[in-house]
Amino acid sequence: MLDDALRSNRLPAAPGVGYKPQHFSQILEHAKPVAWLEIHAENYMGDGGRPLAQLRHLSEQFPISVHGVGLSIGGETPLDTDHLARLKHLVGWLNPASFSEHLAWSTHDSHFLNDLLPLPYTDATLTRVCDHIDQVQEVVGRQMLLENPSSYLAFEESTWSEPDFLSEIARRTGCGLLLDVNNVFVSATNLDFSPQGYIDAYPLEQVGEIHLGGHDEDEDDHGRPLLIDSHGREVVDPVWALLDYVLEQSGPKPLLVEWDTDVPDWPVLRAEAERAQTALDRVPA
Amino acid sequence: MSVSQTSFHSALLDASRPVPDGLQDANAAPAGRRFSVYRNNVAVSLTEAMHQAFPVITKLLGPQNMDGLAGIFLRQHPPSSPLMMFYGEDFPGFLAGMEQLSHLGYLADIARLELALRRAYHAADGHPIEPDALAIAPEDLMAAKLTLAPAVQVLRSDWPIFAIWQYNSQADAPKPQAGAQDVLITRPEYDPAPHLLPAGGADWIARIQDGQTIGAAFEATAAETPEFDLGTTLALLLQGGAITSVTIERLDT
Repeated sequence: MLDDALRSNRLPAAPGVGYKPQHFSQILEHAKPVAWLEIHAENYMGDGGRPLAQLRHLSEQFPISVHGVGLSIGGETPLDTDHLARLKHLVGWLNPASFSEHLAWSTHDSHFLNDLLPLPYTDATLTRVCDHIDQVQEVVGRQMLLENPSSYLAFEESTWSEPDFLSEIARRTGCGLLLDVNNVFVSATNLDFSPQGYIDAYPLEQVGEIHLGGHDEDEDDHGRPLLIDSHGREVVDPVWALLDYVLEQSGPKPLLVEWDTDVPDWPVLRAEAERAQTALDRVPA
Repeated sequence: MSVSQTSFHSALLDASRPVPDGLQDANAAPAGRRFSVYRNNVAVSLTEAMHQAFPVITKLLGPQNMDGLAGIFLRQHPPSSPLMMFYGEDFPGFLAGMEQLSHLGYLADIARLELALRRAYHAADGHPIEPDALAIAPEDLMAAKLTLAPAVQVLRSDWPIFAIWQYNSQADAPKPQAGAQDVLITRPEYDPAPHLLPAGGADWIARIQDGQTIGAAFEATAAETPEFDLGTTLALLLQGGAITSVTIERLDT
């Protein structure tokens, strides 16, 4: 269980965006309303060069959120201690405003699969995930936020609902939560549950950050909608509506717009951040 | 039915394997093509990483052939770490072992060059010496030892890899001519650049990196390669910001 002193999320309840190097100079010239930036931790684990120089520069002007995509917290095998050491080094060097990772696995049999893979929600996986998060928070020396995944299928063996599973992880480990409302919408569509019902069951008081992103539309074998979390386009209206539903209950939160594939020009991404600002403006503080 | 990550992992990388039992849709029907989303995410993201990592190989083979090759490579050599910036370390060896590509013998060395450029891009920052730091008396120069920046890389090839790389990366570059070429990579600030080394240059730099003095390295190199041009080699290093310290050793004092 995490020491209270290590709970140091300092992201402002304002819009942020996922940082892409092609936007570097425009962010420095015209960021507003973007108030903070998120980086993928693994892209800044080289020894030097332009990536670290740009990050150092940006961190002097913006709060930075370090978002890991490679720790494999939901993995069956022990965490990669080399990778954990790299994460500790990055967080120690940057002293970011927030640090987060995913409820997913990506490494198995020493292969890194470069995707966020799903796990069943059982008593056994709950214990394993909590052990891994305890280890991460102990090594990195601060609280982490855990993000809910996008689901395309379900495990027959699961005995926990996802909100209850996340709630119990937060209770046992003291980690915070990163609520990805697009992922909730994608999973709800794919697995035929109510996204508002998910939010009603979800522990909003643990949320340190909210993610928004675009998804693609496909179909399953039976012609039913299959949404894919691609981060390659604008956030759709029903996801903005779900965000409003969340913010009405949670109050203002740090809101991140993710756009990772077919990355648009800066004004397009900034327009998404403006829409996030509008959503925040409607919420009483 | 519990689904182990071992069976999930195997089915992910091998589309001929059945989707593991125990994965289902909202109506408890088998997951079917829902599992393909994960198969597709893995294959597409790693293929995309290979295109970005090896732009000259992609140009030489054509994007579609590169897709096919990456599809085989990523299943034989999935990444071994989450640092995708270094993915593809095994690609030169993989290319060298592809019988269908044996008529393009230079491919493996071009892949090594592209890997070295990426390593240079992410290497630790060096603090180059002032350009006049080597404007010293000749006997001092010959007794000097040099430290090179972490980004410095040297590649030797039996193929004209510098010319092939340049021809496929820059407009107006001359057509490659047959012949062995050695390449020096420097990173003046943040952008790595390859340079053609004169004959013997790679040997001399290797001796400098072993801790020999400029003079001792020169004598040994010139004995093997009489036409070795020390001035050109030193100028390439200096202009590329590749020298980070000069130490002059005097044995007689």
